[in-house]
Amino acid sequence: MGRYIARRAVWVIMVLLGVSVLTFIVMHLTPGDPAQILLGPMATPEETARLHQELGLDRPLVVQYVVWLGHVVRGDLGRSITLHRPVLEEVLIRFRATLVLTAGGVVLAFGPGILLGVMAARWQGSWVDRFSTVLTAAGVSVTPFWYGMLLIILFSLKLRWLPGTGMYSPAGQQTLPDLLVHLILPAVTLSALPAAVITRVTRTSMVDALRGDYVRTARAKGVDERGVAFRHAFRNTLVAIVTVMGLEMGFLLAGAVYVEYVFSWPGVGLMMVNAILTRDFPVIQGGVLLVATTYVLINLLSDVLYAALDPRIRFV
Amino acid sequence: MLEQAELTPVPMLVALHRPTRRGLRRFMRNRSAVFGAAVVGVLICAALLAPFLPMANPDRIALSRRLQPLFSPGYILGSDHLGRNLVSRLVWGARVSLVVGFVAAGLALSVGATLGILAGFYGGKVDNLLMRGIDILMGFPEILLAIAVVAALGPGLINAMMAVALANVPFYARGIRGAVLLLREGDFVEAARSVGANDRRIISRHLIPNIVAPMVVFLSLNIGWMITEMAGLSFIGLGAQPPTADWGTMLADGRAFITVAAHVATVPGLAIFALVLALNLVGEGLREALDPRSQ
Repeated sequence: MGRYIARRAVWVIMVLLGVSVLTFIVMHLTPGDPAQILLGPMATPEETARLHQELGLDRPLVVQYVVWLGHVVRGDLGRSITLHRPVLEEVLIRFRATLVLTAGGVVLAFGPGILLGVMAARWQGSWVDRFSTVLTAAGVSVTPFWYGMLLIILFSLKLRWLPGTGMYSPAGQQTLPDLLVHLILPAVTLSALPAAVITRVTRTSMVDALRGDYVRTARAKGVDERGVAFRHAFRNTLVAIVTVMGLEMGFLLAGAVYVEYVFSWPGVGLMMVNAILTRDFPVIQGGVLLVATTYVLINLLSDVLYAALDPRIRFV
Repeated sequence: MLEQAELTPVPMLVALHRPTRRGLRRFMRNRSAVFGAAVVGVLICAALLAPFLPMANPDRIALSRRLQPLFSPGYILGSDHLGRNLVSRLVWGARVSLVVGFVAAGLALSVGATLGILAGFYGGKVDNLLMRGIDILMGFPEILLAIAVVAALGPGLINAMMAVALANVPFYARGIRGAVLLLREGDFVEAARSVGANDRRIISRHLIPNIVAPMVVFLSLNIGWMITEMAGLSFIGLGAQPPTADWGTMLADGRAFITVAAHVATVPGLAIFALVLALNLVGEGLREALDPRSQ
């Protein structure tokens, strides 16, 4: 197990290096010369050349990358062009908001998703099963930003039950109850698609598991249906759930962009959209790196969990 | 990450039948799939016939008739904040959404399939190099990758389409590589090689026909997602630019007026939902029809 984790960790470092190279290259593909942008249209060629030298833009791309990576590793993501402050500070504040939203999405996607999937599998063909089929078909097809707006129209504007924008009430203390009330609609919106996928995966895997020989044996030994479902079949379903966990976490982290936009939730996604529209590249770069790194680490975690749950994996 | 990626839909679909008349019959018996196909068909017809339909110009501004409610005379679905007819904009927007979705999916499929076939068939160094590249692309959540690419290329419909296509390439490449890896060991490949067929012939006559079914299924399940993503990029201002009638931008336009005229935002959203749901139902239907296990 230890060796397996070590191998995965080395692999993760390679992927992260690749991610940093790609992020660097993508941001350098952008049309427009940063020096030209900083100096404005009236700059003379000499001034531009001097700034190039100051910014290190005249050096080979590989050197520029290594220098940049050195800064990144030390936590220096550069300064935002529009906000006039270090990118790292801004990104970390924003990231906290995104993590809160993602956590809400995880709870609402995995809890109900697993429960509904198990119920649909246990009572195949029943109304619960049919209900889950319709719900998952809708869940994988619904557009998050539209769904979010529907929720705002219904619950904020018509019924006035829940707030539809921001993370806290504008005037007032930033309390936990206030945060939770603001979190409900965005988290429900974000969880729609992953909940549907998890319900499907759980149902399929549980149906398979319930057909297994060990389930027949357990029944023959006189274990009741509930024991069969939870102690025997469900444990094998967990492997499938952990497998989709990584991908779904990616959706929750990055899909938060749309949800943050609709609900004006002050997270990394909203920050990046604004940065793209104002062409604030250090901020975009910082946001992309942070989210991608988190995603890769979550995948490492899901690999380790997977190996812990399924002993066959360790020797692959 | 490796284990998880092996679970993309395509490898599991390797055992699919080739599309046959029997598959078609099975598809036709699936009511929800037929319903989905009908909805997609109607939308495609409407999009194709848009210039010939008796409708108002989708870009004609009539400020005196702005934010008309649903079912008002001359404006069955109402009008937007510039008084533009929502029915016309919806029909013209279908052209954009459909074309962009299908082209993006086609691009992702052709690039992904090429990489997947090369990696799977030749194995060794080629495979290693290509798959390490794919692993790195998969280090980004897919939506983030699309957004990063649009950020680099600059906002716009074509750029957004390229970005969405690129972000989906890894899934196609991975899946098709898995399929080819299994097929490569098949007796029929061995037989073809022993009668002197070269690589090109084996790939085009023996491998590709056998992965058509899983590719079609994966594509049909993926197009809906791509349309959603394109609409999303347009919605946050990175895709289609005004005044193009595109469902994502219409949704964004309507967002500012949800307090006074909620239908301006809900109608285009409903259209996206209907199209994506219909495409997904078709995809599911195709998968069931072509899967020998469900016979």
